[in-house]
Order: sequence, then structure tokens, then C-alpha cells
Amino acid sequence: MSTETGGGIPAAEEAREALEAARREGRELTETERAIAGAEAMTPQEALAGIEAAVEQTPGSRQPMIINIGPQHPSTHGVLRLVTELDGEIIRDLHPVIGYLHTGIEKQCENKTYWQAITLVTRMDYLASYFNIHAYTMSVEKLLGLEVPDRAQYLRVIMCELNRITSHLVWLGTSGLELGAMTVMFYTYREREKALDLGEMIAGERMNTRFFQVGGCADDMPPGFEQRLREFIDEMPGRIDEYEGLLTENPIWIDRTRGVGALPAEQLLDLGVTGPALRAAGVDLDLRKTAPYSGYEHFDFQVPLGVNGDAYDRYTVRLREMRESVRIIGQALDGMPEGGHIADDRKVVLPPRGELSTSMEALIHHFKLVTEGFRVPEGEAYSAVESPRGELGCYVVADGSPKPRRVHMRDPSFVNLQALRPMARGNYLADLITMIGSLDNVMGGVDR
Amino acid sequence: MSEVGTTIESAVAGSVVEEIAHVGELTIEIAKDRILEVARFIKGAPLAYVLLSDVTCADFPEHPGRFRVAYHLYSLETGSRLRLRVWAGPDEEGGPGPEVDSVVSVWATANWHEREVYDMFGVRFRNHPDLARILMPLDWEGHPLRRDYPLGGEEVQFTDAV
Repeated sequence: MSTETGGGIPAAEEAREALEAARREGRELTETERAIAGAEAMTPQEALAGIEAAVEQTPGSRQPMIINIGPQHPSTHGVLRLVTELDGEIIRDLHPVIGYLHTGIEKQCENKTYWQAITLVTRMDYLASYFNIHAYTMSVEKLLGLEVPDRAQYLRVIMCELNRITSHLVWLGTSGLELGAMTVMFYTYREREKALDLGEMIAGERMNTRFFQVGGCADDMPPGFEQRLREFIDEMPGRIDEYEGLLTENPIWIDRTRGVGALPAEQLLDLGVTGPALRAAGVDLDLRKTAPYSGYEHFDFQVPLGVNGDAYDRYTVRLREMRESVRIIGQALDGMPEGGHIADDRKVVLPPRGELSTSMEALIHHFKLVTEGFRVPEGEAYSAVESPRGELGCYVVADGSPKPRRVHMRDPSFVNLQALRPMARGNYLADLITMIGSLDNVMGGVDR
Repeated sequence: MSEVGTTIESAVAGSVVEEIAHVGELTIEIAKDRILEVARFIKGAPLAYVLLSDVTCADFPEHPGRFRVAYHLYSLETGSRLRLRVWAGPDEEGGPGPEVDSVVSVWATANWHEREVYDMFGVRFRNHPDLARILMPLDWEGHPLRRDYPLGGEEVQFTDAV
């Protein structure tokens, strides 16, 4: 319904139709539906008139004002819409409205072969693309019973930890920007560029790569990669010191973040929050330690924990995590095992390019894999990795065909965002920006 | 039966329908009307599956139960994982439709997960505090992740709104 046909704005139409649908089904509107309908049905003048009428009826009463934040708002890290009920500057209630970035990736995966789906899942949480593929390939490998060579596992660890650093750098830069600390972004993006260049060197792409394949990695380290990566990790601790110099003892930063958005650890667990947001509250849950995968048990690293669970603790936890990531990369380079970068199962893994011109069998395998894909025996598997935002799990249901029956991502951004409502209630609107920033949601992961 | 399965069965008699150990993962199928009792029991001692990682669903049109809802649990103490699953029932004319008891009262995190399953599969969760669509627009018709929902070729519902 366009405005020309007199249908009002499309969003208001949606609310009206939802109301009608509920009436047809003979049920009441749910809380969220009511909030959205309420936010859309009124013009600001109508809202103001409603408040004035209520005040006239019972003098001195305080009526909440409904304010829409987003979906396009510079501080929501993408298209997140928040319907807030405000009493002055205090948030009485808040309803996150998501789905603006929904691309139906899970549906599309069902119509792709297993190896094609990698290209899709990598685009979910676009700041942590390696983690998406890692969880997905681990699930498929589990169903296939495929062993991943040690060297491939170490390569995966290197790329994931590099990705953790780049993801945290985006978080640090943008969070600083939102709270008025503009300088930090110029610093963090400088190092992020270097890390992305390293990714381009090894995977051919800077961001949404498909470097991890079912069975291992697409390629080994190219010549010169190790040296550049070592230069990067030698430089990085000093750079993290620079970020800390800008923020850790900065009185404005401390005022804006300390004591903001804290929830008790039990409540966070109940809400399913994982990752730095949970560890900042002192809960020692890091899947790399508690349920090691991809050879993480061979590495010596600390799991940084916080005490208060506020935005400041989340900041310190993430900064310390970057230091640990640097250490892990160094250990992985030092202890890099010999061997292949991908499993040697020709029924699943593409044969080396060079063999195609000499071996008939390799050509047939290549043709079969690319056209039909490989079949995965019936079953279901759930694999989880520790992404920069928490537990990123992938649930794959196989039915014996070359295409998955179901691919579902348990994305930490989606789950953690639920905590925003209890966090924000009763607090200042200005602190809401800090809370969104400190949860570090990526809307591509929330909406999938 | 595994130790976990036996513990559940002895606490909530008649709840465990089947137990499957596959690719190193333990799956316990729960009778549909017992899931809430099992959820309450399993969160507390002695099993202590405090963290509900995920609730999701898969559509099997060929199966009489059709919608298979899966709950992924994680124990902080032992680091072990467990999958519970429930067949929600088919979506037939005149029938009750796919419906499962909501576990939001046990794990608050189930709220959005169950909304997503409702949105994508049309499985209703009994006593859910706020069962609204979450990813699709409120007035969307149909449930996109059902196997009989087409991918491509269908008319886009908001074509006339642009």
C-alpha cells in the first residue's frame, strides 16, 4: 500500500493487518504485537493528545511516551528497531523488533548442496564469517565421520583467532564512536586493515570467505604469509596498549560504561547469554576451554573474566581476549604440524587441481562433487564454537541426500539481544546506546 | 539406556520415548505432553542442564508427527551436551495443529527461540508469554521453513507496497 493510494505508511498497514489476523484467529494481541501496533498506529500529534487527555483525567499522572529508535539508527549496529516507552529520559519498557535483515539463509541452505551452503552461512554473522563456517563444517564433518588433519585444525585456529581480533576491533571502534570517543576508530581500523589483508592473502577474500571446507581448509599458507602474520602479532600487543591508553583510564569512558547494563550472572545464564557479556559477569564459560574443539586443548591461554558484568568489564574482557588471541596465533605458528591442509577423502574433498589434467579418476571425482555434491548419511549434529560474541552453534539435519534437510544457526547475537530488555528497563535512554554497544550484536547474525 | 535417560525416566515416569546415541551426541526423545515436566527436572540437580543453548525445529512431512522440535542443552558443571526432541504433530484441517508446551517458564532464553520456531514452522507453544512472529513481518502469511513452502517462483507478498 503506497501513500499515493491513501493506505497510509506501509508499516502502519502491517500493524492493522496483524490486528485483523489476530481477531480472525480469535486471540488477543501479544505484548510485542501490541507494542508495534501502538507505535505505528499513532502520529506524534495523536500520541501527545493521548498523553494530555490522560493527564487531564488524573492530574499528576505520568504517561509513557512511545518512541521508535531505528530501524535505521547509527548506534544500533545495523537495522535494529527498538520500540521504547519513555517516561522522560527513563526507559519504562522496550521491545526490540528484529527481522529487517532476514535473508532466509536457513531456507536457502536446504536447496543447496552441502559444499554450496558454506557460501551462504559465512554471510550470517558478517563480522565473524570464519566462525560461521567453522561451526557448519564441524557439524557436517561429524555426520560424515571425517577426520580433519592436524595442520588444517591449526590453520582454522589461526584464522578464527585473527577473525576474533578483527571483530573485536570493529566493536571497539564503533562503540567508541557511539560514546563520543571518536579517535579510537582510526586506531582500530588501522590494525583491522592489516588483519584483513592477511585474510586476503590466504583466502583470496577479505571478509566473507569460504576458506574452511568440509574436511579442512581450501589451501595451505602461501609463501610470505607466516612472516607477515608474525609481524602482525609482534606489533599487536603494543597497539592494544595504545587503545587502552585512550580508554581504560579515560574518565568520560569510565563514567559512560561503569555500572551500565549489569545483570546478575544467574539471570544472564537464564537468558542464554554467552561470550564476553557472560564472562564479564564472572562466569567462566569459554567453549575453547570447557568443550575444546579443533585442537584448542593444545594451546596455553587464559580466559579473561570480569567482576561486575557492566559495560566497562565487557570492554576490559574483550581487550584481554585480543591479547590471548595474539598468543594463540603465535603458539599455532610455532607448533604448526606437518601434513595436508585438507582431508584425503576423494568422495568428499575436491582433488588437487593439478591432478585433473593427468588423472581420469580425479576428473570424475571432481565432476561428481561439483555437479551432485556428496551424500551425508542420515542423522543430526550440533557443533558449537566460541565466536567473538559467544556460543555459535550449528544444527544440521541430514537425510541421506546431497542437500541438508535443515541447517539452523544458534547465533549468539540473536540470543544475547534478548537481554537488552531487562537491562534497559528503568535506566536512562542515553545508557541504552552503551548497552547495545557492549552486547556487540551483529544484525546479520540476529536476523539470518 | 544411558545414565541421563534413566535419571529422567525415573523422575518423570513415561517421558522417555526413545534414546539415540549418534556421532557422539546423545538425543532423548520425550513424549510431547511431558516436555515441561522434564524441562523443570533437568534444569535442577542432579542433571543441572542450566544453559538452554537452542530451540529449533525441522519439518518431516513424511512422518506422522511432522514437526520435530529440538532443545539443545549444555551443562556448565560437566561440559556435556544433551538434545531433547519432541514431535509436535501435524498441521491438519480440524486437528489441534502442531502444539508443544512452552519452556519459557524454565529457561527465559526460550522466549525468542520459540517465537522463531512459531514464525518459521507454525508450531504453537502453549502458555508462551508473547507468541508473536519475530523475523517475518507481523502480517506474513505462511511459515517459510516448512518443506512445502516454495523457494523462488512465488509471488512476493509485499510487491504492491513498494
